[in-house]
Amino acid sequence: MRPRTSYQVFRGVALTVVVLGLIAPLVWMVAASFKTNVDIYDPGKALAFVPTLANYATVLQQANYIEFILNSLWVAFAATVASLILGVPAAYSMSRFNMRKSALVVLMARVIPGVSLLVPWFYVFSNLKMVGGFGVLIISHMFVSLPLVVYIMMGYFDSLPEELEEAALVDGLTHVGAFRRITLPLSVPGIATAGILSFIFSWNNFMFALVLSDADTKTLPVAIFDFVGYASIDWGGLMAATTVVTLPIMVIALFVQKYVVSGLTAGATKG
Amino acid sequence: MATTTTKAPPGAAATPATPGWARWVDHHRKWLFAAPAMTFVAALLIFPLAWTGYLSLTDAEGSVRAESEFIGLRNYLDVLTDVERFWPAVGRTATFTVVALLFEVVLGMAIALLLWRPFKGERWVRVAVLLPLVATPVAVGMMWRLIFDPNIGLANQALGWVGIGPQPWLAGQHTALPTTIFIDVWQWTPMVVLILLAGLTSLSEEPQEAARIDGASTWQRFRHVTLPLLMPTLTVAILLRGIDALKTFDILYATKGRGGGSFHEVETLNVYAYGLSFDYNEYGVSSTVLILFFLIIIGAMWALTTRRKEAQR
Repeated sequence: MRPRTSYQVFRGVALTVVVLGLIAPLVWMVAASFKTNVDIYDPGKALAFVPTLANYATVLQQANYIEFILNSLWVAFAATVASLILGVPAAYSMSRFNMRKSALVVLMARVIPGVSLLVPWFYVFSNLKMVGGFGVLIISHMFVSLPLVVYIMMGYFDSLPEELEEAALVDGLTHVGAFRRITLPLSVPGIATAGILSFIFSWNNFMFALVLSDADTKTLPVAIFDFVGYASIDWGGLMAATTVVTLPIMVIALFVQKYVVSGLTAGATKG
Repeated sequence: MATTTTKAPPGAAATPATPGWARWVDHHRKWLFAAPAMTFVAALLIFPLAWTGYLSLTDAEGSVRAESEFIGLRNYLDVLTDVERFWPAVGRTATFTVVALLFEVVLGMAIALLLWRPFKGERWVRVAVLLPLVATPVAVGMMWRLIFDPNIGLANQALGWVGIGPQPWLAGQHTALPTTIFIDVWQWTPMVVLILLAGLTSLSEEPQEAARIDGASTWQRFRHVTLPLLMPTLTVAILLRGIDALKTFDILYATKGRGGGSFHEVETLNVYAYGLSFDYNEYGVSSTVLILFFLIIIGAMWALTTRRKEAQR
């Protein structure tokens, strides 16, 4: 073993502080979700408390969260699948034919503030009597996930050598056939990255659902506010609700960490 | 780069057995592949944006079905002379973005440098870095709302241990904005870490070695070797984070509710425009604010990218 230099000691201490700073609030949130409201108010019971599942019972039964979980799952799943169906071929074209201007239009969707589109969407969709339905929610979430898919997949196709497709053409496949039988199977890691990122961003999206959903179709981030009253907050219930919303997505992210990181940093190192 | 795709003449790749429609599809694949996504984005982006532009010139309010009149630039005049809500919101948006970005870039760079070389337990640090990033922002806001609660929150308890009196945090008129900035820094510094780490990992070792042989100190190597090489990645990180920081909504709404609190203490342009649109149904005025907001975003992006090009020259 090499002797420990002072830098290594410093690095160990600094990184411990970083890890604690990032993890401790989340641990606090989860701990509070297992406390009674009396214990949450008692500083002496910060970590030593008798855990209770009462908050989760409130969240899942009284507050109807099973329904909102299903809403969130359905909207995120549908938006992700639709974005992949539209986005993957589009990214392929944009990469192979170098359609950078078209790509820019799609990426504009990432830049523009959501509110500035929500007003016209609200005009159109309320006249179509679609506000409050799943259709409009899925469409609005696709607006978040589609640019993400295009962005990630363009980078992926750029890095995929064209020679493989050319070889397939020589063997008598059409261009579309080569895309379907050669390029797509090779793109599974990229598609997984794009799909996971798109699911996470749709699951976490708040503003679109805030305006476009109703009591029956609202997603989890909107449903969190059911625990915030004007006069008081049911902290135990609220923390159980936030845990229900964030914990699944954090657990999924840990299992597919490699994909999440490559998706989040896609395109960053090309300059 | 993918630029040479039509080496073979159209349809030449297909065998004679390929049906005509398939040849047609193959020949027009460029637009057939791109059109659905492009149409979707255009329908939901360009047309609504144009409509927002039009609404900003009208006195539309109340119901979406109500009649509205064209009033020219009057909304713009009203908004640009509004020192009660609009300009303070511009100030808060700028403060929030610049301060949050500053902390995120400095802390992000420091943490990325700490993580750069492999070490034992790296896995765990990477997990810790990833968690805040994927957590639902509204839930993150609620979580910090409990921690920063003036009466029962952990933050004031911790201050008590070191002998500092309780702070109002989110509840204070002057402490609310800094506290929300802190929350943003907590959640999004990891994003900067990941991007910079990807950049650092892709750097070649040779310039580092050369500088070391020349006797450059650690700081000199960072300042004159690592940082310049990392500049393109750093710009991307600043651009991505900056755009999102300007548009911050979720944590502000979760921690302070409508209108950015009773004194509008965290009311940024995005929160202000949202309130105008959906709490007060002032569609005309809100569209004006949004168009101005959009111009600010484009301006900031343009300033950053041209500066970057000049720096590269």
